[in-house]
Amino acid sequence: MQGVEAKFTVNGKPVSVTTDPNRSVLEILREDLQLTGTKYGCGEGACGACTVLVDGKPKFSCSTLLSEVVGKKIVSIEGLASGETLHPVQQAFLDEGAYQCGYCTAGMIMGAVALLEKNRKPSDEQIARGMNGHICRCGTYSKIVAAVRKAAEAMPQATEAKS
Amino acid sequence: MKTSTDTMALYRDDDDEQIIEPVGYDFGLTRRTFVQVLGAGLLIAVAAPSIAQAQESGVGGRRRGGGGFTGSSKPVPLDARIHIGKDGAITVLTGKVEGGQGARAEITQAAAEELRVPVDRVTLLMADTELCPDDGFTAGSRTTPSTLPSIRSGCAAARQLLEKWRGGDESKTYADLAAADAKSLSQVPGTDVQITPTSEWKALGKPTARPNGRDILTGAHKYPSDIIRPGMLYGKILRRPSYGAKLTDVNTDAAKAMEGVDVVHDGDFVGVAAPNTSIAKAAIKAMEDSAKWDQPPHPSSKQLFEYLKKNTKGGVPANPFADEVSGAAKSLRAEYHVPYVQHTPMEPRAAVAEWDENGKVTVWTATQNPFGVRRELANAFHVDESTVRVVVPDFGGGFGGKHTGECAVEAARLAQAVKQPVALQWTRAEEFTWAYFRPAAVIECQASLDASGTLTSWHFVNINAGRPGVESPYRCEKKNQQAVDSAPPLRHGSYRALAATANNFARESFIDELAAATGKDPLAFRLDHIEIDRLRAVLEEAAKQFGWSDRRAKQRDANVGVGLACAMEKGSFVATCAEVEIDPAKNVARVRRVVQAFECGAITNPSNLQSQNMGAIIQGLGPALREAMVFEEGKIQNASLWKYEVPRQADVPVIEVYLVNRPDLSSAGAGETPLITLAPAINNAIFDATRKRLREMPLRLA
Repeated sequence: MQGVEAKFTVNGKPVSVTTDPNRSVLEILREDLQLTGTKYGCGEGACGACTVLVDGKPKFSCSTLLSEVVGKKIVSIEGLASGETLHPVQQAFLDEGAYQCGYCTAGMIMGAVALLEKNRKPSDEQIARGMNGHICRCGTYSKIVAAVRKAAEAMPQATEAKS
Repeated sequence: MKTSTDTMALYRDDDDEQIIEPVGYDFGLTRRTFVQVLGAGLLIAVAAPSIAQAQESGVGGRRRGGGGFTGSSKPVPLDARIHIGKDGAITVLTGKVEGGQGARAEITQAAAEELRVPVDRVTLLMADTELCPDDGFTAGSRTTPSTLPSIRSGCAAARQLLEKWRGGDESKTYADLAAADAKSLSQVPGTDVQITPTSEWKALGKPTARPNGRDILTGAHKYPSDIIRPGMLYGKILRRPSYGAKLTDVNTDAAKAMEGVDVVHDGDFVGVAAPNTSIAKAAIKAMEDSAKWDQPPHPSSKQLFEYLKKNTKGGVPANPFADEVSGAAKSLRAEYHVPYVQHTPMEPRAAVAEWDENGKVTVWTATQNPFGVRRELANAFHVDESTVRVVVPDFGGGFGGKHTGECAVEAARLAQAVKQPVALQWTRAEEFTWAYFRPAAVIECQASLDASGTLTSWHFVNINAGRPGVESPYRCEKKNQQAVDSAPPLRHGSYRALAATANNFARESFIDELAAATGKDPLAFRLDHIEIDRLRAVLEEAAKQFGWSDRRAKQRDANVGVGLACAMEKGSFVATCAEVEIDPAKNVARVRRVVQAFECGAITNPSNLQSQNMGAIIQGLGPALREAMVFEEGKIQNASLWKYEVPRQADVPVIEVYLVNRPDLSSAGAGETPLITLAPAINNAIFDATRKRLREMPLRLA
């Protein structure tokens, strides 16, 4: 496969890669850009571990091709905090202890950010439904709902997620 | 390279005895390595009995520390436990791993407790075979009862060293001690080590967050699959199309012709290293198309239970109390089934391997058994263990599923051939197919009762899954309790709680059958037969918090049922009450509420214990209701998270966990036992709702 140049932004920085445009965004982030915070869990959009924001919308990066993000803005887990200040969702996950092994957490947090950007006051049921695409095998689900609820309370004062 | 299909023999893991594999090392402390990693300072080595000795003691929790020699003339190996930098940085070393279960926080607490410093002063260096003591497998709920005492006595010894050295001058710190005494690489503390009594705990017993939590939440933490080395390539392996298949022919030309691709073909082992995963995949695909295989017949999951019974080693044992049964007022017999399930950790197997110019290999990988994987690598490459280093970064879930090092060996084989570092991460489908499974089980139960409803004989045989949990806690004079082997069609191994889940599913469901046969309330029938106070206490606590008596007495919706179960395992005690609702349209059971009481002695980290209990309940929910491996002609048919449905957010019931703290008792491990009563409690609730007794996991109404 001939390499093609693809330009997009990741966490606010312009990026250019020349490679097979049919490679997944997950693989580009991890292998070409060395941004390993985004995780491989299943490769078929079933677990949510690879979730990133593309132009503000949550996408499974394992099932999103490089060609689909040309000219777009990607935010990954590495781009959420502002310096030492955690994003309210990260802070809430930390405060609630809403992680165990933590491998699903990057995707969980990105999913929660997307959820809260759409709905600042979700009910517990809306949180459960909204987060149902994310698997946590350590079974931290109850604390995750609590963390999203807590983040929702903190979010109105927070700045919008960077894009 | 020869590939072996029975590597599991090495780690045959039916119960705690798995860990006994003796480690005959005499720890060779090399100053250079420690200084490289930890900087100059004082290294405190603690005399430690071998793993085998620790196991032999039965509790594994006997106080360690003490002199450098045993009664014999043989030196006791020295474990480097604590490093104090000249800047006062305190590093504690352990061979245990962190896979999400909370060992990092708990061991850090234990060290801080005995060093008398705040928790955030201690850094824990885990599972680097070059630096850390061999603390055995991270399995079998052993970290709390075995490793904690070892860490505590080592740190208490370090504290004593400081106290002795400063002679009452409180202004002198660990940093001063290290600076003053940095010339000596190791310091062996004396024998009179006192650890802090539970009543005086300041760090232990308090809710403590994972020390590296922030790195997890920012994506900064490097999991094994995130390790990047200079010049690293990405690997992939040509997998067999079915169980037992043998490669007869493969054409590697097309793969070799791909840019940047190296093919490694060594017997049955065929793999590639490539500049990225996509190219590696394409190269494997090219070979798959040409590969020819001999594929032997293989049983289907449809015939699994018949197959296991038919292949029982020595035949299925008969009930030795047949006479008792025939003369009894009442007797019951039932057969329970548990299929294969898989751990499904979020991070599939991963490894990065790198050989240096001297033939030494370093492998970063996820395993619960770093020293075992070092041995596995040494065996695979016919090299000395001293030339193999295994490093285990905190990883993405194990649950008993990462005791072996096949991925590490595969990565190392590729890296050896291409003379560059190679990363290998298994796909989810590979993990579902070629990792191992929780053993399937057939469990035969038979019991007799006298006219008053008291157990008079008990016959309980587990075929294939193993011994943990096979022993009944219920009073009965005549008990026959056995675990027998069969010929497992799939590769099986450890799983969180091992066979205790299968055995308690069968026993606690069967106990309910017996209670129903006598017309007694399931709680009353159990309490009539329980002699162990700690078990009784959690059962009564769960029943009280659930409102058992009221719920049983009340007129209920026809589609709602309640059930309970209790068990003891690995030194801890659990009882679960569950409420289910049957959806008559879909004919499925939905779990609405779970109330669990749990006791594991003195609680070391309440917040983590809560998470472990909640997590165990969720993890137990999957095999109780949905999870089961389906296989046909040697192929796993549901090797995908779309088809193998683990619990999701929307499946979570109302969960209430009641932790019973017993500061008067020593702390037992708690990662496994909270899992084992969920399935039978749900099953008993389904019976309560439907009057239909299910005897197979997952619990399907139709």
